[in-house]
Amino acid sequence: MSYTCKIDGKLKIDVRDFNFYYGNKKALSDLNFCVKENTILALIGPSGSGKTTLARCFNRMHDLYPNNHYEGRILIDNKDILDPKIDLIELRNKIGMVFQKPTAFPMSIFENVAFGLKLIGIKNKTELEDRVVQALKGAALWDEVKDRLNKLATNLSGGQQQRLCIARAIAVNPEVLVFDESTASLDPISTSKIEDLMIEASKKLTIIAVTHNLQQAARISEYTLFLMNGEAIEYDKTDVIFTNPKDKRTQNYIMGKFG
Amino acid sequence: MSKRRFLNYLGLTVSTLSALIGLFFLFWIIISLIYKGFHYLNWNVFTQNAVAPGDNGGGLKFAILGQLEVVGIASLIGIPIGLLAGIYLSEYGKDSFTSNVIRNICDAMTSIPSIIIGIFIYALLVVPMGNFSALAGSVALSILMIPIVISSVDNILRLVPNELREAAYALGAPKYVVIFKVVVKEAIVGIISAILIAISRVLGETAPLLFTSFNSNFESYKLNKPIGTLTVTMYDYAMGPYDNWHHLAWAAAIILTFSVLLFNIASRLFSYWRFSH
Ligand SMILES: Nc1ncnc2c1ncn2[C@@H]1O[C@H](COP(=O)(O)OP(=O)(O)OP(=O)(O)O)[C@@H](O)[C@H]1O
Ligand SMILES: [Mg+2]
Repeated sequence: MSYTCKIDGKLKIDVRDFNFYYGNKKALSDLNFCVKENTILALIGPSGSGKTTLARCFNRMHDLYPNNHYEGRILIDNKDILDPKIDLIELRNKIGMVFQKPTAFPMSIFENVAFGLKLIGIKNKTELEDRVVQALKGAALWDEVKDRLNKLATNLSGGQQQRLCIARAIAVNPEVLVFDESTASLDPISTSKIEDLMIEASKKLTIIAVTHNLQQAARISEYTLFLMNGEAIEYDKTDVIFTNPKDKRTQNYIMGKFG
Repeated sequence: MSKRRFLNYLGLTVSTLSALIGLFFLFWIIISLIYKGFHYLNWNVFTQNAVAPGDNGGGLKFAILGQLEVVGIASLIGIPIGLLAGIYLSEYGKDSFTSNVIRNICDAMTSIPSIIIGIFIYALLVVPMGNFSALAGSVALSILMIPIVISSVDNILRLVPNELREAAYALGAPKYVVIFKVVVKEAIVGIISAILIAISRVLGETAPLLFTSFNSNFESYKLNKPIGTLTVTMYDYAMGPYDNWHHLAWAAAIILTFSVLLFNIASRLFSYWRFSH
């Protein structure tokens, strides 16, 4: 795909000539696109198209495993995050991630949310408490857990745990939040709560949301990137992708899904 | 009856029978221990020391405290080493060649007869020091514990889902925080029960102590001097010619058996507690 950056607003992320390899296997090739600040970008595409792979590049999650390597540039606020000299801990404080399965830590609800805050050096007890409460309110979980902040978080329901993970991620005020199919294992009510949260959060931060659920992409995102076999096939405003896609492959994918 | 159902039935019968045979011997041992030894257990056994050979009375105080000392110090040496090495294998070494070599060595070490470890420490510590010592006994037991702790900690930590590690890394946690605040915490119950099992495993050892901590006629808890232990004392008394010694040997057997059972049950309860939480 040639470089397309037709966004109407401030640019947050700029991906240039980007390739990613699992060992010798090329999983993403020649990506060129950009992401507008404070909005939601949906990543869609068939299974195995590279959505998760791409999502995990923004916080350099792939660095956890040997033999993976990146080529090209991913600029966030004009700074190349693929630079080997970059501090990964600092990067991950700024680029949050919510996974497919809820991943509550084996500690209290309070401690879960305070986990990231302590990592960025917040030790003052009242500040810690304030920010935990703020984050839980921001994740629409406060009312359900305010009486049991010191209870084990792993006893919460799946939907509550996922909102806890969101609270944990937004508590540290990230600039970008990446969601990888974060509602895929949840019931419709929990899903709709989390979609509302994403829309609300996107007023203050940039969201990249991987989803298999095309209705969801249509509901929440402003832009959509359609991936196939590790290539970006089409990138446009979400309503254009869904109503008037230019590429045959995008059309087929969307038609196939819609019926 | 179809062949499949017959085989099913046969499998069930054979395994039930084997379980019953095992249980039968276990209960036989425990019941005969209680039947023959229980009336020799009294307060004096715990508070008094040995009397002159052939005299009546006396107790096992030195042997009990000595056992606690030897096993306690063995745990102080073996548990931290085993724990850290297990964490290393699971969190740092992963599936590297070296880690797999270490895993294999651990498996081999758990099947080495414990008397060999005793002789090894005899050559390594007792001969150079010039005498048997409590420390040598503890080192021998710790060498028995280490591979058990390593393998179980390694296995338990590898059961912790990788998603949990990734979630912690994604928040910007450095590796040691991920390991000690998240991974170990998630597995803590399993780790504690593994430690209890390792302790109960060495609690009943006699052979490695015969060559290392030996036994002593004097009540001394110095690390560089030989020390009495329940297992060796029981062995000596059971082999000895006096009725009183035999009685004390029965008492020692009961104390030992029930301590080992207690540790085992405690570790089971711990695991159940994990699943119910
Ligand atoms: N750790 C890995 N090592 C090697 N190849 C991998 C690895 N993870 C994913 N892949 C491969 O990379 C390609 C992209 O996978 P990815 O998980 O990013 O797809 P996806 O779009 O997220 O799919 P899904 O919708 O099923 O989640 C696939 O061909 C996959 O087999
Ligand atoms: Mg995926």
